[in-house]
Amino acid sequence: MGIRIEHLSYIYNEGTTFSKTALSDINLTIADGEFIGVIGHTGSGKSTLVQHLNGLNIPTSGKIYVDGKDIHKEKESLRSLKSKVGLVFQYPEHQLFESDVLKDVMFGPRNQGLSDSEAMMRAREALRLVGLDESVEKKSPFDLSGGQKRRAAIAGILAMEPSVLVLDEPTAGLDPKGRDEILDLTAELHEKKGISVILVSHSMEDVANYVSRIIVMDEGKILYDDTPEKVFVHVKELEAVGLAAPEMVYVMKALREEGFDVDYSADTVDLARREILGALAGKNRKC
Amino acid sequence: MQTEIVKGTDITYEYVHYDENGKVDFSETALRGVSLDVRPGQFIAILGHNGSGKSTLAKQINALLLPSTGTMVVDGHDTKDASKLWDIRQTAGMVFQNPDNQIIASVVEEDVGFGPENMGVPTKEIWHRVKRSLKAVGMWEKRGESPNRLSGGQKQRVAIAGVMAMEPKCIILDEPTAMLDPGGRKEVIDAALELNRERGITVILITHYMEEVIKADRVLVMDRGKVVLTGTPREVFSKVELLRKYRLSVPQVTQLGFELQKAGLDLPDGILTIQELVTELKRLRGGSDGNQD
Amino acid sequence: MLKDITLGQYYPGDSIIHRLDPRVKLLGTLVFLITLFVFGSPGAYVLASIALGVVISVSTVPFRYMVKGLRAIFLLMVITALFNLFLTPGTILFSFWRFRITEEGLRMAIHMIFRLSYLILGSSIMTLTTTPNQLTDGLETGLGFLKKIHVPVHEVSMMMSIALRFIPILMDETSKIMRAQEARGANFSEGGIIRRAKALVPLLVPLFISAFRRANDLAMAMEARGYHGGEGRTRMKPLSYHRKDMVAFAVMALYVLCQIGMKILKL
Repeated sequence: MGIRIEHLSYIYNEGTTFSKTALSDINLTIADGEFIGVIGHTGSGKSTLVQHLNGLNIPTSGKIYVDGKDIHKEKESLRSLKSKVGLVFQYPEHQLFESDVLKDVMFGPRNQGLSDSEAMMRAREALRLVGLDESVEKKSPFDLSGGQKRRAAIAGILAMEPSVLVLDEPTAGLDPKGRDEILDLTAELHEKKGISVILVSHSMEDVANYVSRIIVMDEGKILYDDTPEKVFVHVKELEAVGLAAPEMVYVMKALREEGFDVDYSADTVDLARREILGALAGKNRKC
Repeated sequence: MQTEIVKGTDITYEYVHYDENGKVDFSETALRGVSLDVRPGQFIAILGHNGSGKSTLAKQINALLLPSTGTMVVDGHDTKDASKLWDIRQTAGMVFQNPDNQIIASVVEEDVGFGPENMGVPTKEIWHRVKRSLKAVGMWEKRGESPNRLSGGQKQRVAIAGVMAMEPKCIILDEPTAMLDPGGRKEVIDAALELNRERGITVILITHYMEEVIKADRVLVMDRGKVVLTGTPREVFSKVELLRKYRLSVPQVTQLGFELQKAGLDLPDGILTIQELVTELKRLRGGSDGNQD
Repeated sequence: MLKDITLGQYYPGDSIIHRLDPRVKLLGTLVFLITLFVFGSPGAYVLASIALGVVISVSTVPFRYMVKGLRAIFLLMVITALFNLFLTPGTILFSFWRFRITEEGLRMAIHMIFRLSYLILGSSIMTLTTTPNQLTDGLETGLGFLKKIHVPVHEVSMMMSIALRFIPILMDETSKIMRAQEARGANFSEGGIIRRAKALVPLLVPLFISAFRRANDLAMAMEARGYHGGEGRTRMKPLSYHRKDMVAFAVMALYVLCQIGMKILKL
């Protein structure tokens, strides 16, 4: 299911003294099954952009096509859109409200018009996907640990069986292990279920390990839209907009300056290790 | 003679939950025999995963919570001594995680003045302190703004200034960066570091961001209510696998050093900076050059 | 729409109105509100309009910003006006089907609209130009005499100022949770009254939980910063009357005298 965005602009509080351009002239195509990272600092427009994808924000100008259809042309398509594009908000656990976890996860499917038994089936499946077993189903969502709450909230979206999953800073506030667990989970969903995943983050390190395409946002515009390796070459430009390349890119840069034969594009610890070992071995061989 | 500004001895703490009839329903042990010595002027970092008890420990230092057993002594005062409560809170100031939930006033300068007002500081002196504190965190220009218009990092700097204005000897920062973006995180950590370096204020930083503790004098790692590891950042970060067991990680450079070590390179434990790694790799290269010659 | 409520927000500025002693502004607002209800002649409204207009223009708060506050309670005003319009007995002006519009009703409705909107404009100009802390101080000092009869003046005013500080934060939160639930297919705007009321549960439960969490955090933060009630507190911005305050009192007295004068002259 492809998404195409043409000349999208969005202005907050248009026509008032507080009006502010949040997005200007965004053009973007997202193909089926992609794994994308959207990076930008707070206020760069990244959250505003993804909230357009499921129709929560209505563009001031420009068009959004999902499956080739203009989503703002007819009302009906907007409703079904919420099922196609699942959006997990920042701190999603703050939206839990039901008396038990299972019921909470059923909220989405029920709103889609499914029967209770179908909704329950979907909910159970989604809970298993995020790694929560039967023992938590009857618990109050408020008795879960922080990491579990977040998983339950993500399950609430997954139960709607979207074909595109958008996560807005899904690792905020989690400890290192919790961060890895959530990111691994999204990677698994991408691989196993074949859904497209869009990961919104302000951490390059977080996404470098996972995504195959990075969109860098700054002041409501797309600054870069390319593979991680190609984006991370622009270290200076990234720093100028308050971002940084992954630490490994800096390691590679420092090593190159000292005459090591390593590649810039090694942006993860694993790649960097291979590059360094290769460079040292190469050195030995040459001698 | 006592030299420690904070001295905790064998502290345990239980959260007790009551049922509707006021009877004990169940209790959770958050701290199990924690001891802690902090000397004046130190920069101490406490690491731990969510639910490891690190925030509970932080609240003990400010007498927001009192030990179930064991003692906590702050600047010579036992926190259980109710008559010294306000002295303790003045000595050990506290900055919390959520920037929105700790700013009380609707104008930046008024919020910074809140602490001194509570302490009964004369008006003129309050203004001096507010000015000094806001300048120290680089927020003097924003003194007339509403906190709602500030970024997360700026709000936390205001919160730090609010504590500074009480002129504490020690500041405890309880996950001050957990809700901020990388830019905001740096602002806050730099502000805290400067207070430590320039003004000699003892800083106790609680966090789970590994990069923030590299400059600490000492790092304590907590797990399940206990201090399980303590040492310099280098000593702590050399235990890569142990940290992983405690749901923590190490900075990426340290991780890389560790992986290279595992692959057979002769690198020292606990590499903390890119420069260190490059120097070590140059040594290795030079070494192999030497062997070949 | 929730965001549009300007009542209770502070609009930073440095006008003479901003700098007035909060006690003066409190008294002024009170006087203004009383005159609105005591004097109801067209002349009185003209005078009130002039007074309000002058204060608003001096305050440098954009009029458009203030009117946004009115929009939010527009519905309330319309309903009140309609009740007055149709349910007041008196001389019938014209009627259709089962409804009659009376002269008295029309007058009442116009009165009501003027009163309500002036009431809101009048009190927002106070909150817009006075920081909640000043307001608290003003209330606390101005009503200090009530302490003698054990009214917890400090506590009440502290609570008020905190409530005001958190209004915008909770509104932001409301819209965030609403969007998050909309992403899960919740629908807040369709269906009958019962369905809509039910639809509010997924909004209200998280909102209450968050409000409690914030209250808890805030209480802890205040305690950590040495707050222990009004006892022994000093003030960063102590209140003292200046010349401008005296002038303001004089202007107020003049306004009241004019209103009384007009009443006597039956204008």
